[in-house]
Amino acid sequence: MDMEAMDQGTAGAVTAIDDYLQRHESKSLLRFITCGSVDDGKSTLLGRLLYDTKLLFDDQLAALEGESLRHGTQNGELDFALLVDGLSAEREQGITIDVAYRFFSTDRRKFIVADCPGHEQYTRNMATGASTADLAVVLVDARKGLLTQTRRHTYICSLLGIRHVLLAVNKMDLVGYAQSTFKRIESDYRLVAAQMGIEQVTAIPLSALRGENVSSRSQAMGWYGGPSLLEHLETVQVERATSKLGFRMPVQWVCRPNQNFRGYAGQVVAGSIAPGDEVVALPSGVRSRVARIVTADGDLPRASAGDAVAIQLEDERDISRGDVLAATASPPQVADQFAAHVLWMDQAALLPGRPYWMKIGARLVTAQVTEIKHRVDVNTQEKRPAKRLELNEVGYCNLGLDHAIAFESYEDCRELGGFILIDRQTNATVAAGTLAFALRRADNIHWQHTDVDRAARARIKGQAPACLWFTGLSGSGKSTIANAVERRLHAMGYHTYMLDGDNVRHGLNRDLGFTEEDRVENIRRVAEVARLMVDAGLIVLVSFISPFRSERNMARTLFGEGEFREVFVDTPLEVCAQRDPKGLYAKARAGQIKNFTGIDSPYERPERPELHLQTQGVSVDELAQRVIDTLLAN
Amino acid sequence: MAVAVMPEESNAPRTPESGSKPPRVEALAQASHLKRLEAESIHILREVAAEFANPVMLYSVGKDSSVLLHLMQKAFYPAPPPIPLLHVDTTWKFREMIAFRDRRAKETGCRLLVHINQEGVAQGVGPFTHGATVHTDIMKTQALKQALNQHKFDAAIGGARRDEEKSRAKERVFSFRNAQQRWDPKNQRPELWNLYNARIHKGESVRVFPLSNWTELDIWLYIYREKIEVPSLYLAKERPVVEREGQLIMVDDERMPLEPGEVPQMRKVRFRTLGCYPLTAAIESEADTLPKVIQEMLVARTSERQGRIIDHDTSASMEKKKQEGYF
Ligand SMILES: Nc1nc2c(ncn2[C@@H]2O[C@H](COP(=O)(O)OP(=O)(O)O)[C@@H](O)[C@H]2O)c(=O)[nH]1
Repeated sequence: MDMEAMDQGTAGAVTAIDDYLQRHESKSLLRFITCGSVDDGKSTLLGRLLYDTKLLFDDQLAALEGESLRHGTQNGELDFALLVDGLSAEREQGITIDVAYRFFSTDRRKFIVADCPGHEQYTRNMATGASTADLAVVLVDARKGLLTQTRRHTYICSLLGIRHVLLAVNKMDLVGYAQSTFKRIESDYRLVAAQMGIEQVTAIPLSALRGENVSSRSQAMGWYGGPSLLEHLETVQVERATSKLGFRMPVQWVCRPNQNFRGYAGQVVAGSIAPGDEVVALPSGVRSRVARIVTADGDLPRASAGDAVAIQLEDERDISRGDVLAATASPPQVADQFAAHVLWMDQAALLPGRPYWMKIGARLVTAQVTEIKHRVDVNTQEKRPAKRLELNEVGYCNLGLDHAIAFESYEDCRELGGFILIDRQTNATVAAGTLAFALRRADNIHWQHTDVDRAARARIKGQAPACLWFTGLSGSGKSTIANAVERRLHAMGYHTYMLDGDNVRHGLNRDLGFTEEDRVENIRRVAEVARLMVDAGLIVLVSFISPFRSERNMARTLFGEGEFREVFVDTPLEVCAQRDPKGLYAKARAGQIKNFTGIDSPYERPERPELHLQTQGVSVDELAQRVIDTLLAN
Repeated sequence: MAVAVMPEESNAPRTPESGSKPPRVEALAQASHLKRLEAESIHILREVAAEFANPVMLYSVGKDSSVLLHLMQKAFYPAPPPIPLLHVDTTWKFREMIAFRDRRAKETGCRLLVHINQEGVAQGVGPFTHGATVHTDIMKTQALKQALNQHKFDAAIGGARRDEEKSRAKERVFSFRNAQQRWDPKNQRPELWNLYNARIHKGESVRVFPLSNWTELDIWLYIYREKIEVPSLYLAKERPVVEREGQLIMVDDERMPLEPGEVPQMRKVRFRTLGCYPLTAAIESEADTLPKVIQEMLVARTSERQGRIIDHDTSASMEKKKQEGYF
């Protein structure tokens, strides 16, 4: 293009945009959450901030005016709360259900606000917001002072590692802007925060509704000499002391476009790395050197925390997703047992011994809570003994994993110390947790290698080992059918063994009762025993009520492909109760036995059993034959 | 026709033979904010590739899709993006969008799938005959569901941002959909740190929004910094428009019915968002280069969704549509 004809407007715009881009880029980012109880004025405060920082567009303002008339609580005047309550269910009920993210910026800083719900039942949504925040704005209504919720919110913040709190004492207009009220609330709060290990507290008196001390200093509160809320947010230093850790990067994805290239893609979470540096892959411990740090914008001379890169090593190594690449000089620990804080977020309680998926970094492993040391009351922070964790409860627990992982304590590195638990049946995210420390290093436990393996043992018996898992209500006919099956198999020359619920409870499991926790442990032990026997080459018949789907599935995961056959002995409850061979249903109905399956404890029907036996009107012989047919079919 | 959005006279020519001024953008190599956003999005895209069996990217040809496509190229470099593109074509898109789409797919080497709701076509559904709501439901929402069902995608990546609209502000990065593809806003999976739960049952799926934390301004600045190509509809140009209920609608083809006596006028307009041409209002503008567009944006007093006629029905409309499966 002819330079003479160059459009002056564009040239001007280019300079302006380049300058703007530069300023935009050099601004720091503050991610914070706002939390408070219903009606403390959180929505009003946020709406006010957006309004004052001129982030509302004309059409948004027009929509707000319309909605203020329709739903507003301010007699038709602008109701800022409506700006931020996004879901219609929330607008109708005037409460906040889920965390909403807002964006605004000033000349100094960019902000992402996670507006968090205050209700206890939505604690998990608050945790979602808090997990990515550096600072929390905790709202308190000046008339009410600290509430239970204030403590709870502060505790959740501290649990997720937030070190800075801005205590916003709101509705000062309703207490005559009284300094004494403010001072009292401030000192009460400092005490609470100190107990929870929050070091940095700044208290500001304000009126969100009237805009006092929100973005500009208040006229009405001359006695207050500190910054306005916005000024504080713009200037507070929240940068974590630069991590003392060496290079760490979880491998997210292995990039193999062709035979000649293998790159380990991931985001560096700590330290930095350069070509030539030696790295170790964990947990395997293989070492190599960095050949190149590859990005679409060209190779990098160095990659540091935050960078998304692909690392090519000097040697071909067997490294896969979930492994952690680390500096050889200061690698993270590797372990499979931990002490951790767990925030439980599901309706169904956490039960020790039940296996869950655990996602940490790019790793997915199976984890069980082996012991709940204590539960922490989120409202009072008192430690209480607990056998299980209910929705929104926090526990300090021991965790056992099926694989060792490289990790850091959450305090040192959120990316290698924070984890979620996922239910294996529903796939719901059921817990958030933070690792404290390893209970035992995995370095010195090894599997005992044996020369005679399971295939050899099976061969000598001339059979394919298997586990037949009979599940069903008490009195459904599990033991009777299993017995008939074993008799026939034995007659046919097969090597078998029968594990029966009642018998095992007399020995191996005699220390266990019938609470949900104990039932889980009961099944875990039996499944492990069955696995050892299958390993020994036997056909094992397990006849256990095993009411919970997740335990049966856990048992299934212990076995090889095709070794586990779930046999659902399906007899209606009324029929079982009528049969009542041991008189148990009668006792349960009379309230003499607690937690009896089918009466006051649930039975979860198998979804896809290998064999579904509807027993009514069918003879035991016929049922047994069907089991044997399935077993020997493949 | 599509243009390279970096005008040649600016600092960063796209074609090797043009302009020779040293790129000022170099100074921004350390750029922190956009780089942070970029790294976060790349992390999300890699999680999708690693955790799902059959993911797809919903490519809508607009600026957000252009940014997504660019991020995909970066995330998997030097491998080509392992995730195909899906465009739900309502048959009423601007003609330029379709040409642009086909060319970009070819240039990037991405597999492009195009889905049209053929039942809707057979019934002659269109915005003029059936109204915006019905048209969008059948040709977009239903069409999208058809495509996702037909291909059995377990993850669909979209370019939605939280700053766009109130109900979006509450959406997770990995947003779970049940087997009916519905969103349950009251019961979203908690989502902590950058640990995304990708586990689903057969038939269920996840919508993934790697641009959740970007603002409209970030998108434009990134397009500028990275020299990403977008359709020229974003730049002001004389275009034939008619005025309907205060909105400027471009007459993109002869299917647009004119009122008696109505004559399209040439006005210098551009679009802030691209969709079906009869449902996408233009704004009058002098911004015919990308820097000018950005400059106009910095003083803009209306939000970009205003150009989307579909949102105007009720203020809860977007949330309702999303529950029903609209992206
Ligand atoms: N007088 C007074 N009222 C306030 C103030 N801040 C909020 N409110 C009112 O308190 C009520 C609850 O506010 P809202 O922002 O919806 O609370 P949220 O539930 O915490 O989001 C509304 O009626 C507000 O107008 C304030 O500083 N002073």
